[in-house]
Parts: sequence; structure tokens; C-alpha cells
Amino acid sequence: MTPQLAIFFVLAALAVLGALNLIIQRHPIHSALSLIVVMIALAGLYLLMGSEFVAAVQIIVYGGAIMVLFVFVIMLLNAGVEERTNVSKLAGVAGIPLAVALLGFLAAAIARSNESAQAGVEAGTLANTKEISTMLFKDFVYPFELTSFLILVAILGAIVLAQREKS
Amino acid sequence: MPILDHLWIIPLLPLLGSAINGLLGGKWPNTIVNSVALGATGLSFLCALEAVREFLTLSPDKLPFPPQHYFDWIVAGSFRAGFDLQIDQLTVVMLMVVTGVGFLIHIYSTGYMAHESGYYRFFSYLNLFMFFMLVLVMAANYVLLFVGWEGVGLCSYLLIGFYFLKKSASDAGKKAFIVNRIGDFGFMLGMFLLFRTFHTLDFTTLFAAASNPAWGHEAWGQFGTFTIACLLLFMGATGKSAQLPLYVWLPDAMEGPTPVSALIHAATMVTAGVYVVARSHILFVHSETAMVVVAVVGCATAFFAASIGLVQTDIKRVLAYSTVSQLGYMFLACGVGAFSAGIFHLMTHAFFKALLFLAAGSVIHAMGGEQDMRKMGGLSTKIKYTYRTMLIATLAIAGIPPLAGFFSKDAILFSAFQIEGGHPLYAVGLLTALLTSFYMFRLIYLTFYGQPRYDEHHVHVHESPWSMLGPLVTLAVLSVIGGWIAAPALWGGPDYFASFLAPVLTSPQGAEAVNEAAAHQLEIILAIVAVASALLGWGAAYWLYIRQPAKPEQMAKSMRPVYNTLVNKYYVDEFYAAVIIKPLMWISTNVLWKFVDVAAIDGTVNGIASGATSIGDTVRHTQSGNTRSYAVWVVIGALVVIAVIFFWPAARPVVGMVR
Amino acid sequence: MVPTSYYLILSAVLFGLGVVAFVFKRNVITIFMSIELMLNAVNLAFVAFSQARHQSDGQVFVLFVIVVAAAEAAVGLGIIILMARNRQSLNVERVDFLKL
Repeated sequence: MTPQLAIFFVLAALAVLGALNLIIQRHPIHSALSLIVVMIALAGLYLLMGSEFVAAVQIIVYGGAIMVLFVFVIMLLNAGVEERTNVSKLAGVAGIPLAVALLGFLAAAIARSNESAQAGVEAGTLANTKEISTMLFKDFVYPFELTSFLILVAILGAIVLAQREKS
Repeated sequence: MPILDHLWIIPLLPLLGSAINGLLGGKWPNTIVNSVALGATGLSFLCALEAVREFLTLSPDKLPFPPQHYFDWIVAGSFRAGFDLQIDQLTVVMLMVVTGVGFLIHIYSTGYMAHESGYYRFFSYLNLFMFFMLVLVMAANYVLLFVGWEGVGLCSYLLIGFYFLKKSASDAGKKAFIVNRIGDFGFMLGMFLLFRTFHTLDFTTLFAAASNPAWGHEAWGQFGTFTIACLLLFMGATGKSAQLPLYVWLPDAMEGPTPVSALIHAATMVTAGVYVVARSHILFVHSETAMVVVAVVGCATAFFAASIGLVQTDIKRVLAYSTVSQLGYMFLACGVGAFSAGIFHLMTHAFFKALLFLAAGSVIHAMGGEQDMRKMGGLSTKIKYTYRTMLIATLAIAGIPPLAGFFSKDAILFSAFQIEGGHPLYAVGLLTALLTSFYMFRLIYLTFYGQPRYDEHHVHVHESPWSMLGPLVTLAVLSVIGGWIAAPALWGGPDYFASFLAPVLTSPQGAEAVNEAAAHQLEIILAIVAVASALLGWGAAYWLYIRQPAKPEQMAKSMRPVYNTLVNKYYVDEFYAAVIIKPLMWISTNVLWKFVDVAAIDGTVNGIASGATSIGDTVRHTQSGNTRSYAVWVVIGALVVIAVIFFWPAARPVVGMVR
Repeated sequence: MVPTSYYLILSAVLFGLGVVAFVFKRNVITIFMSIELMLNAVNLAFVAFSQARHQSDGQVFVLFVIVVAAAEAAVGLGIIILMARNRQSLNVERVDFLKL
């Protein structure tokens, strides 16, 4: 059991527990906090793999912006404990079998694959961020500009949607 | 131009007349309809005369006259059926009878039907009938003959049901058509068998192939090809020519107007069966069973129908049963091998039976529509021409020399007597001749003699116009002289009629060698016996209806069961209704209608419709408006895509994965 | 060194849990969060593959995913606010305007 493997298991367990808690909790604020835990765990895993830039972005953007947005909305809407309605029969009946099937497929797909390489940092590769930025601004510059446009649209959409009704 | 090259004109003219009258005649006055119809038939008669004249003057090296192919109707593989018309001696006889008698009856109809509505329709149908009958007699292959056969059946239906608003008339039309159809079924099977055996239905080729000595003679009880084919053809003939057991339509066919009864049910259509048997004689002589069956059925029908005719009270019914009986004689002749005698009787019968019907029509016209003989009487002084012509026809049918019926009936009875085992047939035939004479004279006495049994103030008896009397007189003359063509045989001379038909009607088997002198003496003796029986019948009728008018009533009372059976026509119609019609109707209603049509077919169609509705009803639940269900569907879709990509590589393009 | 398949299994498990939450939860905000969870799981897989093959493509794609998730979260939450105002409830089963 190398140290990396140990850290991996700890972080993985944290992530899975956080996800389970998201499902189990009844108040959305608890689910949001669990999700934050998951994200931090994932950021740790990224670091373990040697992708420090992605880890940083994950924490800053996902954890710091998106989840904060979620928490603010929960506060704004005064979301309470979830009701216990059961209108959709289909979800009740088919939900679990579907999840099992999905997991089964994915497990089979992974088992079939022949990925044998190890993921992780190789000695001597430090300039990860440099590589990413080079690729981002050279090969993927067009999608990059488009995403900025996408963000603009999202901002406009959010403002329009959240306006108070003109009374 | 020689008509022989354009034989198609003869049937075509009545067809044109029928079409013109049918399509345009509705608005025309009677005179124009007349001229079209009479013109078409008359021209056809003249063309037929001309064709006959040309045929008779053909040099012998051109005989037999080959069939004229006009166009190919059916060509399928090796089978060819064309619109082929032929003319030979047998066709000449039939052609003259059909066009001649037909023309006379057309003239008569202009007078008889003058006050009927639907006048143009009547003539259209009548001309159409002429067309089909001419096609029938001039056809050079069985297929075209069958076209004519069916066509005359159709026209018979149309004309019997001419007064279609009367239920009994339309029922009679249906009955005629359906019973004919049963016979036609046998006829078709016969044709199929012949085609299968000889691979052709063309008369010339088929009969030439059948004459090949390689085909043996089929003895009594042997059911070979010839026997079965001939029996099937004869089944068609029993339907068309009203023999046992398919005669039941003919008495009911009297619902039609009298000229129809005269033309179709006396002179022409019902003789089509005899014509077919005579035309196919080469096939029939190969099969002893078929000949015996034809003779026995003919003889039995003759007696059967005559016995029913003894007690009928409707004047046209008596004549109808008389027709059935005389047709039986013709089949008897064919069955014993005397085909030319059968055709001879066909010709003379056409004359006197048409005359009888037309005269009966004249009586009915004079009596203002009354057909029941019990309400007639004493008409001989009032409608002289009708009376005299009808008397001549009665003498002819009874077989009194020197009128036509004597010669033809005598020829038949003589041939019946001569063949092996023919004595019973001869005896029954002789008895039938007696009965024929009796009931025909009974008809005369009841109608024309005695005290008038009708109300003289309400019925004004008047003679018919000359448009009706002219044909009567013409036919009376023919009834007198029509038999003389065969008369010389009686004193040792040649029988011109038989020798005329000999090229067509002798089979390669050849006639038996008969001791000439002895045969001649026998013939004279038999002739005298026949005349004696006819006179006996006449005398009996005279005694019962003139001398002792009360006697028939007493006899009927004393022999009540026999009388009832005869009056009710041996209950044959009731028997058919119970045994055949009732089960068929039951099957039609309960099996075919309720089960097949309503339950199965409607059920399937409606079931598909309601199935579609219920599928829709079920699928509707996917559109529930419930977001969570939609979420489940999304997951299911994702699963399907994943499954396809990973586990079914061949279908990857379906889910959009290009590489 | 951690084998790549471990990361993939973790990713699959997280994704499956995200699907379960997506199907079974009734609060619309929680459903949204489960979508974010699924996206994160996929991000993990991307990064794992990218590091295994020593190509940066995967990580660039992760950046794009994060950007898009952010935009989507913004707009989606706006819609949720509207929905809450309209129906006075955050229960996704109450939103059934499309029901026949």
C-alpha cells in the first residue's frame, strides 16, 4: 500500500460518502454542503494525479462560485424540508433497477477496457499548467472565445429570468 | 361482298340494335324502336339467308368450310380461344331457325307489347338475346359457345323478370338464372376436362383428335374421359334445356311476356342443350354410358312433364310442360344415336311451339290478360284466325300426318325402337305421345269450345291486330310443310334432312348396316301405331271435355291423391326448397354471415381499429407531465445508448458514433 | 501509482449515485445538484484518461465542462426561482403543466 494509494482511498471514500449524504439528506442545504465536500475531495484527487491547475479551478469556480450560488438560492427561496409526494409511479418502480443497470454497464465497460497504464505524475513533468494554457490558446482558442460568449449569454439570461415582475 | 367472309355481321346486327335501343330508345316513340329492332333482326335474317345460299353453292372442294378467326380473345400459353365463327350444315339449320323464328317473334312483339311501358327495354333485351344465341350457334370453339350460352341465360333472366316490379316475376328470373348456373358448372367442368385431354377446345381440332381410332369405345359402366366429359356437358344441357332434375325454372319462366316464352323458352334458348349434344356427337358416341344417360333422362323427362301437363289450368303452364316434354324427345333421339332426328324435331318443334305460344298470347290478349283456361271457352267463333292457327299447331304437336310433328316424332320413335334395349324407351315415348295429344286437345277444347265461362260484359274478346296474326299464319304454314323435307323417307325415298346433315352428324364409327326393306316396313308399322295413339289421345280429350264435361271433375275427385300430386308438380319445388335451399340459406345466414362476415372480418377490422385506440390509450401515459417520469426516460435512453455503443458495435452509426 | 481503472470505477460510482439522486429526489434544487455531481464524475474520468496518456486534451476539456456547468447553473437557478414564484413550491412533481 503506497502512500498514494492510501490517500486515494481516503479521498475516494470521502467523495462517495458525500454523494451518499446528498441522496440521503432531506433538506437541500445539507445536500449542498455534502456536494461541496465531494468537490473538495475531487480537487484532492486531481492534485494526486498531478493536475494542479484543474484542482485549483475546481475549488475556485465550482466550490467557490457555483456552490455559493446554490446556497444563496436555497436561502433566497427559503427551501424547506422536502415533501413526501409520490406522483410518479414510474420513478418509484424503475428507479433502482435503472441505477443498477447503469452501474452494471459501466462496470462491464470498464472491465472490458484494456487500460493498464497508471495514472499519476511522472517524474520531471512539472509544467502542467503551461501545457494546458498552450493547448487552450493555440489549438482550442475558438472554443475558448465561444465559451466567453456563452458566459455572457448566461449572465443575461439569469438577469432576465430573475427579474421581479413589473407590477 | 361474300357474307361468308364476314360472318360476324350476322350476330353483330342484333347487338347494334340492342345497344341503340337500350341507350337511346328511352325517349323514342314506339315506331322508331320498332324499326331499329326489326331492322336489325330482319337484316340479320337476310344476311343469314345470303350466307346459307353462299354456303350451299360452294363447290365441294371448299367443304368443310373452315372456321373464320376474327380476333384472339384468350391467348394463354398453348391455349387459344378466339372469336371464331363457323358455318356448316348443322349451323345452317340452327341459323335459319334462330333468325327466322326470331324475326317473326319480333314482328309479333310489336303488336303484343304495344301498350307496355319499357317497350324499348324489351326490344333491347330481345335483340341482345339474338346476338348471344347467334354467337352460340355459330361458335367454332367451346369457349365462345359458352359465352353465348351464358349470354342467353342472362337475357333469359332479364326477360323473365321484365315485369320486375312483380315479385313473382323477379323471383322466377332469379330461379332461372340460378338453376342454369348449376348446369353451367357441369358444363365448365366438362370443358376443362376436354381441354386437359385434347389441349384444345376448337371444334375442328378437337373432333379430329377425338376421331382418332386410338381412343377406344367406353362401354356401359366404364367411366373414362369421354364418359365423364359428356356427362358433365349433359349436366349443362339439362340446366339450359330444362330436363330432369334442372327443369324447375321453365314453368316459372312463364312470368315473362308471351313472346319471350315463345322465343326463348320454346324455339331457341332451350334448344341450345340439344345443339351442344348434337355438335359434340363425336364425343358422345365414344361413351355408351353417356348415351344411355341422355336417352333415359330425355325419355323420363318427356313422360314426367307430360303427366304434369295433364292437369294444369294456366294455358302457358301447359305449354311450358309441353316444351319440357318435347325437349325430352329431342334428347331421347340424341341418346339413341339419331342426332339428325333430334335436330329435325328441334326445327319442327320450333315452328309449332312458337306458334302455340304466340297463339296463346293472342288468346290472352283477346281475353284482356286472363290466362286461366277454366275461365275461357267458346272462343272459336270469336277469334277465328287465332283458333285456326292454334289448331294447326296442336295437330302438328300431336303428330298427326301430314303435319311437321308427325315426321319428326316418328323418326325419333323409330330410332328408339331399333336400338338394343330400346323397347322400353319406345313404349314410354309412345305413351307420352298419347298424353301429349290428350293434353293439347284438352287445351283446345277448354279454350275454344263449350260455353263461355267468363263474364261477357267485362271481357270484350277481340281479334289481334295483323302485326300479331301475320307471324301466326307464317308459322302455321311452316308447321304444315316443315316436315315434308324428310317425308320421302316414308315411301322409300331419301330423307333429305338427314342426308343434308350427314356430313356433320355421322361419326366415323359409321351407321349400322340395316336391312333396308325390313326396316322400311317396320317404320310404316310404327308410324301407324304412333298415329293411332295420337288419335286415341285426341278422342279421349274429346270425350272428356266435349261429350261429358262433368267427367273430369269426377275423375279428379275419385283419384284425389294422384290428381293432387300432378297438380302440385310432384312436389318437386317443395322438395328442392326443403333439401337444398333451406340448408344453404341456413349456412349462409349462420356460418357465412354471422360467423365469417360479422365475427371474423368485421371483428378483425374493428379489432385493428380498437387495437390502435387502446395502444394509443396505453402510450398516452408516457406523456404524464410528470418531470420525474421524464427523468427516468432520460436515464433509460442514456442506458440504451451506452449499451449499444459498448455491446453492439455494428449499430454504432445508429447512435451517431461515426468512428 | 494508482491504476487508472480505480479512478474510472470511482467516476462510475459517483455517476451512478448522481443518477439515483436525479431520479429519486423531489426538490428541484437537489436534482440540479445531482446534475453537478454527474458532471464532476465525468470530469474525474476525463482527467484520469488525460494523465494516463500524457495528453492535455482531457484537462482542457474539463475546463470547458466547468465553464459550461457554471453557465448552466446560473440560468437553471434563474428558472428555478421563476418556478418557485409561480407554484410556491420547490417540489418538481408540482410542476405538471404539460399533463394532458
